[in-house]
Amino acid sequence: MTDKRLIVEGLSIEFAGRSVVRNVSFTLEPGKTLALVGESGSGKSVTARSLIGLAGAGAHVTARTLSYGGLDLLSLSERRWRAVRGKGIGFVLQDALVSLDPLRPVGKEILEVLQTHGWGDRRSRAAKVVELLDLVGVPEPELRARQRPDQLSGGLRQRALIASALALSPGLVIADEPTTALDATVQAQILNVLQDIKARGDSLLIISHDLAVVAQLADEVLVLRHGEVIEQGPMEQVLRHPSHPYTRSLLDAVPAEHARGTRLSPERKAAAPHPRANADAPVLLQAKELGKRYVGPDQQSRQVVDGVGFELRAGRTLGIVGESGSGKTTVARMVLGLLEPDAGEVRFLDRAWAGADGLRVAEKDRRIYRRDISVIYQDPLSSFDPRWSVGQILADALDVAGVGATEQPQRIARLLDQVRLPAELASRRPLQLSGGQRQRVAIARAIASNPKVIICDEPVSALDVSVQAQVLDLLADLQAELGLAYLFISHDLGVIRHVSDEVLVMRHGKVVETAPVETLFQNPQYEYTRRLLGAVPRLPGAGITLVVPPLEAENAVLLFDESRLWKIAI
Amino acid sequence: MSELTLDASQLNVRAQRKPRSLRLGVWLAGTFLLLLIVAALAPQLFAHSDPLAIVPRDAFHAPGWGHWFGTDQSGRDIFSRVIYGTRQSLLIGLAATALAMGIAIVLGLTGGLGGRRTDRGVGWVLEILFAFPSLVLALLFVAIFGSGIGPLIIATGLGSAPGYARMVRGQVLAVRNSGYIEAARALGHPPLRIIGRQLLPNAMRPLIVTLTMGVGQAIVWASALSFLGLGAPPPAPEWGTMLSMGRDFVANAWWLTFFPGLFIVLTTLSTTVVGRYLQQRLEGRLS
Repeated sequence: MTDKRLIVEGLSIEFAGRSVVRNVSFTLEPGKTLALVGESGSGKSVTARSLIGLAGAGAHVTARTLSYGGLDLLSLSERRWRAVRGKGIGFVLQDALVSLDPLRPVGKEILEVLQTHGWGDRRSRAAKVVELLDLVGVPEPELRARQRPDQLSGGLRQRALIASALALSPGLVIADEPTTALDATVQAQILNVLQDIKARGDSLLIISHDLAVVAQLADEVLVLRHGEVIEQGPMEQVLRHPSHPYTRSLLDAVPAEHARGTRLSPERKAAAPHPRANADAPVLLQAKELGKRYVGPDQQSRQVVDGVGFELRAGRTLGIVGESGSGKTTVARMVLGLLEPDAGEVRFLDRAWAGADGLRVAEKDRRIYRRDISVIYQDPLSSFDPRWSVGQILADALDVAGVGATEQPQRIARLLDQVRLPAELASRRPLQLSGGQRQRVAIARAIASNPKVIICDEPVSALDVSVQAQVLDLLADLQAELGLAYLFISHDLGVIRHVSDEVLVMRHGKVVETAPVETLFQNPQYEYTRRLLGAVPRLPGAGITLVVPPLEAENAVLLFDESRLWKIAI
Repeated sequence: MSELTLDASQLNVRAQRKPRSLRLGVWLAGTFLLLLIVAALAPQLFAHSDPLAIVPRDAFHAPGWGHWFGTDQSGRDIFSRVIYGTRQSLLIGLAATALAMGIAIVLGLTGGLGGRRTDRGVGWVLEILFAFPSLVLALLFVAIFGSGIGPLIIATGLGSAPGYARMVRGQVLAVRNSGYIEAARALGHPPLRIIGRQLLPNAMRPLIVTLTMGVGQAIVWASALSFLGLGAPPPAPEWGTMLSMGRDFVANAWWLTFFPGLFIVLTTLSTTVVGRYLQQRLEGRLS
């Protein structure tokens, strides 16, 4: 085991006769990082899993060579595999909340890895757990080791998971989308931890759909599509001079690198940029000194939103950016009139819309104007009635707009056409659609009543980069066609930069900074904004900047969960 | 993780995972339930002799060609009695479940849709109902109304109502806080339309399964009460009553208790198997 090289030659994986990965070959030298890049379904995860013998039930794995450190991985028995996993190869899964046992302190989780492989004695193991947590940058490791996953924030959970993968100092660490669910600043911290692994001379295999993340780490990049390698080479070469059009389109889809108004998806690239609405267009939506308090599980009341104010003008886009828990979604719900503010007021179309105390507006009075404001959620699936087909979902929205039953089939076909979906989809259920198609249906529903304003709450956060590009292009087209104003909420600064005219940065419920988008990105006034901007991974050429913010925000235990605020009263 | 599930659905693993034996079981259970329903509606199709006719010289016939399930101490044909008993047992099972569901929907909706205080009040009512042993409840009803099918249905229905009510309440709360109800509010639908078109149908969907299984459970309950002499009085052809009547002869004439017992078991088993199947189908479509 002196030469810790991972050699994969002609790897193919089949499920029940269906080939999902074909003829993948690469060599990973010690101390190097290889990135597997591709969209969901490209076979990158299953490739990585086959390297630890967990390709899944019914998987048929074949390869000319599949060896690590001279050990032939193909011939291993399940028993021998168990010795290799953890000790020789560490694996970091994407979603730490799902991968960690919810009932066990994270320290125990790491301890178990040590125990299973018979590492040290009881006392040295306990010390090692603390040492490992410290190694991956977990503050107060003794305390954190005793906490359960739900008491830790997303970033800390992910670190704990990485710590358990590193427990036995494996020579190779495989990380499957290790930062996908995380905020920009937390993502930057995790990337730093991964970089440390590299610096220690271990090999790293990283799986991601995000080229900007890959650019931070990889020495070599392998682009997968439909189970086949379409491009492979050193990182700089692949990202700067991609030879395959698909790689090119993946690069084009990164929103931060492209100016407002330009198209992201390859098929729409030639279109001219849309003209922007004037900054002095009439104000449609106005929030003044909005505030919301919430009593947490510890009976302490917390100011979730504090003194937030903004104006949204016709045809313009106002971006709201901030980390999870910064109060973005709470603002959206108050603006939609679904949550009563404790302070301040919202005015919509120059009418009182929602407010605290004396400014309170009854839902009954709001209802008739609801057709003028719609919403698109991050997870469209949960916003659709599970019993309904796409047609029924749209018909329900058309009812509100006062479109009669006879006219509805025509209108549904037109709506689907507007969001570039085939009319046949009307009879399908959302469950049978892809993520991008679902979000298009949600957009069709949002425009059904001819609204003036659409609240977009993280509408592309759950999508792959290239699908995200298509949805962002669609939103831009619709804005130009229908003169829509967007209140666009996202934690992704790249997306915010691409879509917004003005940006509002939120932190701990307060507005940190408001500015026109280019002013904000070129000359951020406040420390927090600068830090947030610095944490965004960029492609090479855009200048690799990786500023790692201090851990202060991470020290706070996640005390309340914004989603619990979603309790509503009909 | 998500990728793996995507792969699985693409490859239609769900269809492969279902073992053939399960399908066969569902078929058998479904057929049995269908036959039971036919027997309940038209028992004369299956049994040709009168379930109450006494033929003293035929007493204690072992199962054989003349009497498939044998005869009891008065020479009544057990097969006919079991078949004629189907109507009563099914009626009790269905009526008791319907009653339980009715109470459950009222209580569960009130709790789930009402304010915090209403919800707490409903919670108290449920807890009181839970705390009462259903047997004591049944005795109470028999003491007031006398024994018979009516009190039996009420007792069984009341006994199982709090369980259902909790489920309805939970479902209503879950659906009420779901994304699509919020989306419907954001669209501007009035509350009554949301309750009628989305909240109720979605909250009740998973209960179909529970109801199917509940019918079988109610039959067992009612039989138990009859066995204790709280239900239909002998010599009524009711499965529980028959068990109770055969109890004294269980050592030398096993068939008196065996066949009614077998039917109770088969009925419950069938409703459970069919219920499970429905559950899998519904959940498969939901998740």
